[in-house]
Amino acid sequence: MLASNQVQTAAKGAESAQGSDSAQSPSRGIAAGIRSIAMFQNVLPIGILLLCWELASRTIPDLRLLLPSPTDTAIAAAELVKTGVLQRDIFESLRRVFVALFVASVVAFPMGLLIGMSKSAAWLLEPIFGFFRPIPPLAWIPLSIVWFGISESQNIFIIFLGAFFPILVNTIQGVREVDQQLVRAAKTLGANRLAIALTVLLPAALPSMFVGFRVGVGIAWMALVAGELVAASSGLGFLISQGRMLFRPDFIIVGMVTIGMIGLILDGAVRLLQRSVMKWQVA
Amino acid sequence: MKHAAINIDNVTKVYGSGQSKVTALDRVSLNFGPEEFVCLLGPSGCGKTTLLNMLAGFEHPSQGAITAFDKTVDEPGADRTIVFQEYALFPWLTVAQNIEYGLKRKGMSTADCSNTSRHYVDLIDLKGFEKKYPRQLSGGMRQRVALARALAVKPKILLMDEPFAALDSFTRERMQNELIRVWQAEKTAVFFVTHSIAEAIKLADKIVVMSPRPGRVSEVIEMSTSRPRDPETEENVRVSRKIKKILHLVES
Repeated sequence: MLASNQVQTAAKGAESAQGSDSAQSPSRGIAAGIRSIAMFQNVLPIGILLLCWELASRTIPDLRLLLPSPTDTAIAAAELVKTGVLQRDIFESLRRVFVALFVASVVAFPMGLLIGMSKSAAWLLEPIFGFFRPIPPLAWIPLSIVWFGISESQNIFIIFLGAFFPILVNTIQGVREVDQQLVRAAKTLGANRLAIALTVLLPAALPSMFVGFRVGVGIAWMALVAGELVAASSGLGFLISQGRMLFRPDFIIVGMVTIGMIGLILDGAVRLLQRSVMKWQVA
Repeated sequence: MKHAAINIDNVTKVYGSGQSKVTALDRVSLNFGPEEFVCLLGPSGCGKTTLLNMLAGFEHPSQGAITAFDKTVDEPGADRTIVFQEYALFPWLTVAQNIEYGLKRKGMSTADCSNTSRHYVDLIDLKGFEKKYPRQLSGGMRQRVALARALAVKPKILLMDEPFAALDSFTRERMQNELIRVWQAEKTAVFFVTHSIAEAIKLADKIVVMSPRPGRVSEVIEMSTSRPRDPETEENVRVSRKIKKILHLVES
């Protein structure tokens, strides 16, 4: 992530140095070049890691039992794909995360805007959320099982809790940090309270809201795996806990790598979304 | 004298209370007409921005009253728009959308909005930049967009808070000329806050010289109507010396 950030700033630097429209295509070419070099730099160390892992796993026989080599893992992955288990688990996990993220967004974004804007809403709601926020979502698992049983809603509830607070807190902060000059400018141009909320506070708070959403997605993904480890009969967390019961460390590693990769893809997807929503920042 | 459009009547503004009481403005009275260009000139701490904020409706006098166009000023409104020193353009809106912002709040139709914004894009000479975002523009261009945005809603008075102070001196000079041109085309009152004597001499019909702590009006200087004006002419150098004397910047 660090590397890709550096690339972004490098690309930005190249663009602003050249400025005008006509200069944009060569600077994009340069940026793409830098990006592919950075990609190679990231890929190479991982290749070395895989190679060492493979060699260690093959030369030390006892280790192979506990830590299957990358090729063993790939074979296990192919097996899981062939039987359809992996696809089903990915689908189940993603569905839970998306439902929970949807509910969390629908509740947390408007509530954050409201608390950020209204002193009385902040007075009432902030202490209440402040009370619940430090309780980790995972600490809710036992109580949620009592409430919902081992069920879909129980899993979604835990993921929801993971995503809700980062989205809420960052939205509130985003609204509070809006440049007051912009609010004043809107007022003198005839904007009423509702117009200010929708046309000034909301767009101005967007960057912070996206930060909250990205953190929320990350925590939701972690909470999902934890929830599925404890209480589920499908999903990637279930897959790795099954791997333990069946003593198939190769299944476990397939599950772990899949979880990591999907987490990465989700984060990238949110960043893409941000870039397409906030055009004025990249333009 | 023309019918007074803006009437500032014996206005005092006090911040804080008790020991920490600060008088920002002390019994300020001013009148000016519906098409008059007034420069409020003074060092920092003389309360010029406070006065501008009260005219805009963001702050209220502790004593006295401000009437604009026969109405007491008590809240911000589109008849008194501001051009801020730091532009305060909406970064998520394009040039055209920024100019249309106030029109949309008035409920103007999309077609009328784009006609009006086209007119102002022409007026400020930014044709071809309609779809650019503020961060793609230079400081001078941004300030021109801010000026167009403030004018598009047809305010009766334009409030300008040291609008050119953040620009380099070449751009500033060009913007001053441009402002005069636009003001002559649009015919509004302008209330222009500055701490530059040369700027005030170049722009104003009427220069209100203020002195600090507490903020008071020291003198109101009526300028000749001829424009463009050169601050270096003998007459204007004399005005400049007079202002410096009032502000105790030179020995009398």
